[in-house]
Amino acid sequence: MRLAPKAKSPAAKSEQIILFRVGGALFAVSSASVQEVRSVDSLAGASAEIKDSGVLKVRHLLQRGEQNLFVVNGTIHFGLPLTPGTLVFILRQSRTALLIDGIEKMTSMTHLQALPLAFHGEERQWYRGLTALDQTVVPVVDPQGFLSEDEVARLDNLLTQKVSAEASVASSGALQ
Amino acid sequence: MTVAAELELQSMVLLRLGERRYAVVATEIAELVAPSRMFKFPHRSPKVEGVILRRGRIVPVCEVAERLLGKKISARRFYLIAVRNYGGHKAPHKEWVAIPVTGECELINAEITGPSASDAPHIAGWISHDGNVIEVLDISALTARPEDEPAFPAAGATNTFVEANS
Repeated sequence: MRLAPKAKSPAAKSEQIILFRVGGALFAVSSASVQEVRSVDSLAGASAEIKDSGVLKVRHLLQRGEQNLFVVNGTIHFGLPLTPGTLVFILRQSRTALLIDGIEKMTSMTHLQALPLAFHGEERQWYRGLTALDQTVVPVVDPQGFLSEDEVARLDNLLTQKVSAEASVASSGALQ
Repeated sequence: MTVAAELELQSMVLLRLGERRYAVVATEIAELVAPSRMFKFPHRSPKVEGVILRRGRIVPVCEVAERLLGKKISARRFYLIAVRNYGGHKAPHKEWVAIPVTGECELINAEITGPSASDAPHIAGWISHDGNVIEVLDISALTARPEDEPAFPAAGATNTFVEANS
């Protein structure tokens, strides 16, 4: 039995992507979804550690103007062996920044295949699909898939509690 | 052989997994291909080993030996590309899945005896061939996901990429 042949589009639309590594594995992300790439060192002053966040993959907070971004450790997110991240992707229209090992290269893809239905786990949230580049298959990550709405709410709640606790300590100090 | 008897014969593909042979209805098979490079990336679907590239399509490789034989097979000579229906009869959605096999496959005509109530869900029936009784596999049941098959407990959510590379 043969499947219906793939429909050929008159002109393949290409999408700019960034190939990057996390824990030794290769991934792609649409370059349009990355607002900024920063080295970990350059963010030292703007980041703060979050202890016991309740979301294991988030250990740091990045302050960008009035907004707090949650730094997702890519190796923990994908369940890969821990590696020291060197770069951070600040994702567009998202509360997420992604800690990665490094950038492989920028390129373009002309075809994104939906993740086969045989894949049924968390990866369905992680990836937009798969693409074939130079006879290699690369998963294309979904920028919205790093933190669920529930995880963001939990992290926000934790921040609110911390701010209230700090304000309470400050006010009691002022009264004394 | 009478015409009536001939009509009941079905084309079957005989495949080999380790020392055992199984059959699959030929209409569920797209092709048999030599092993090509398998690509792995992080995921949490325990029965999927990785993906291969075939005719411009990215095809998941589904491990079935563990379920059929109780152990994984390391030697593999071919991938049997099967057509898997994910949508049921009302809204069929067919995708290719690659099943590693350890020997050459054979195309035969055989009469299928239906499964019994005690047979596992992946057994679509039985055929008799060369003096042996051979299981006919239901590819959809064999590669069932937890949502397809609530009776089967989901395997642990292990990261198969890490396991394979450790």
